[in-house]
Amino acid sequence: MNQPLIEFDRLSVQFATEQGVARAVQEVSFAIHAGESVAVVGESGCGKSVTALSLMGLLPPAPACRLGGEVRLGAANLLALPPAAWRPLRGRDIAMVFQEPMSALNPVLSVGEQLMEPLLTHRQLSLAAAWQQAIALLQQVGIARPEAIAASYPHQLSGGMLQRVMLAIAISCQPRLLIADEPTTALDVTIQAQILDLLRRLQQASGMALLLITHDLGIVAEMADRVVVMYAGRVVETGSVRDIFRHPQHPYTQGLLASRPVPGRRLDRLAAIPGQVPSPLALPDHCAFAERCPHARPACLRRQPELQATSHTQQAACLLLNAEEAA
Amino acid sequence: MRTYVLRRLLGAIPLLFGASLLIFLVFALTPGDFIDGNINLTPQRAAELKALYGLDRPLWARYLSWLSQLLHGDLGFSLQHQIPVSTLLGQYLWSSFLLALVSLLLYWTLSLAVGVLAAVRPYGWFDRVVTLLVFAAMSFPVFFLCLLLIKWFAVDLGWLPVGGMISIGSNATGWDYALDVARHMVLPVLTLVMLQAGGLTRYVRASMLDALAMDCVRTARAKGLPERVVILRHALRNALLPLIALLGFELPGLFAGAIVTEKIFNWPGVGHIHIDTLAARDYPVLMSFTLLLAVLTIVGNLLADVLSALADPRIRLR
Repeated sequence: MNQPLIEFDRLSVQFATEQGVARAVQEVSFAIHAGESVAVVGESGCGKSVTALSLMGLLPPAPACRLGGEVRLGAANLLALPPAAWRPLRGRDIAMVFQEPMSALNPVLSVGEQLMEPLLTHRQLSLAAAWQQAIALLQQVGIARPEAIAASYPHQLSGGMLQRVMLAIAISCQPRLLIADEPTTALDVTIQAQILDLLRRLQQASGMALLLITHDLGIVAEMADRVVVMYAGRVVETGSVRDIFRHPQHPYTQGLLASRPVPGRRLDRLAAIPGQVPSPLALPDHCAFAERCPHARPACLRRQPELQATSHTQQAACLLLNAEEAA
Repeated sequence: MRTYVLRRLLGAIPLLFGASLLIFLVFALTPGDFIDGNINLTPQRAAELKALYGLDRPLWARYLSWLSQLLHGDLGFSLQHQIPVSTLLGQYLWSSFLLALVSLLLYWTLSLAVGVLAAVRPYGWFDRVVTLLVFAAMSFPVFFLCLLLIKWFAVDLGWLPVGGMISIGSNATGWDYALDVARHMVLPVLTLVMLQAGGLTRYVRASMLDALAMDCVRTARAKGLPERVVILRHALRNALLPLIALLGFELPGLFAGAIVTEKIFNWPGVGHIHIDTLAARDYPVLMSFTLLLAVLTIVGNLLADVLSALADPRIRLR
């Protein structure tokens, strides 16, 4: 395969808290190729967002937060960059859309001003040119009356409109990668579909790669080429969408898929994975899913499983895959 | 926007009447008055004087006549100084205002700069030093601080005058006069700045910390904006909104006079006469002065509302 656009290589993120060290992300490795859509799936607190923020350099500085491993953009290790060298990459090469459009935009600046900022900073446009470009971007994300919207303030717009504005800001400098952190979680279902549709069209038009952070498997099936399943700060399974949905190898992935509601099928109770995600403050040395796993064996409580290939496109981290060891 | 200001203005009118009634009652119902305080008067003479000043009339009549006087722009007559209250206040108000305005400008500038810098790196060495200094300055009693400054800078070093507003016997004019007043102002201004800057710095720091934690600040960073723009344009603009209300409350303070500081530095301000008239029970002066401060409080709030609306589109465009 050709050189990936972004490569996470054994990324670890630890936060120093008053209760102790929280291991939010551990030894996470996966790659994103140009133009590809990668979805990172997992429950709340599994390290999805922290992984994305590490790519933007938006995690708190040391000593509150310690990073290990590498995140490479091309050949450069982003984590080794000084803060000043980060800045030109953000918003230009890598852009990000957040979960809450209502609070992600500044309430005291107009939509147009906020849309023009990256254009003025990264592309050194004149004020007039940036304004023209801002209007064009608003049109591109499907906003009618772009001049009126550019002059208005965030509190005057709906959540769906604001997320469109966020997308316009994100694509304004034609990034090579767009990170969308739960981009539709705060929106109505009908608006969700519109925003996802827009996201896909923008991606196809520009050929940018997409890193989609979500807990919604429906969105994954619709949007992603490849899926990374995370649990308790680790990657437990990766593979193509087809692999993950047809032949999930890890018991956690199987549990996630089983707990999806299926339209038309009436059940008294939806299937759920028993137990809770372990606290990142007290992660075990063995498989973190063992306590909740229906197939757990004594071996699962002894050591940490490594990611291993189960087919040439799919990898999973489970000791049960090695029949002789699990026995 | 215009209806918003108009609505606030109309709302201020009943507030003013309420304030005047409250102030009148507090002073009228306090036992004793200017005449009772003079033990040299015969009961007969005292009764005559009370009738002369209208102090024997029922409360409501006295309130109404005070109110109609006020509505005609007459603040009353000082019993102690035997001149109109407006003349008396006019003599002292502006020197208090000068002192207060200069220190206000200084401590707001100082607090904003220091508070923002401390909030940018919370719990860093700068923040820790500032926190320590703030609490040290705030815990000094005013009179002690004044005396300490006088001892150091006026007595030991002899750099600055001990007190007063101009040098004794000086008849300087123009720039020489301004310079002379400025030299006399240094120590009282320093005292007021040290006392006020601490609390305000804590406000600015807290407000700025809140603003820096906003999601939109993270968005601004994600856009790759320079840190200076993130701090000043995105975070500070939001941090200033709650501080505007605080600025509104400073307006009465500009004219209230700093009682202890003015007394110790012998500054001819209203703080000075405030105490003197209180001791003499010169109620017409006290009532007018209190009412003036009430009016300024209301006006200050009104200004803060208008400023907030100008700064915050969520208020302006409702």
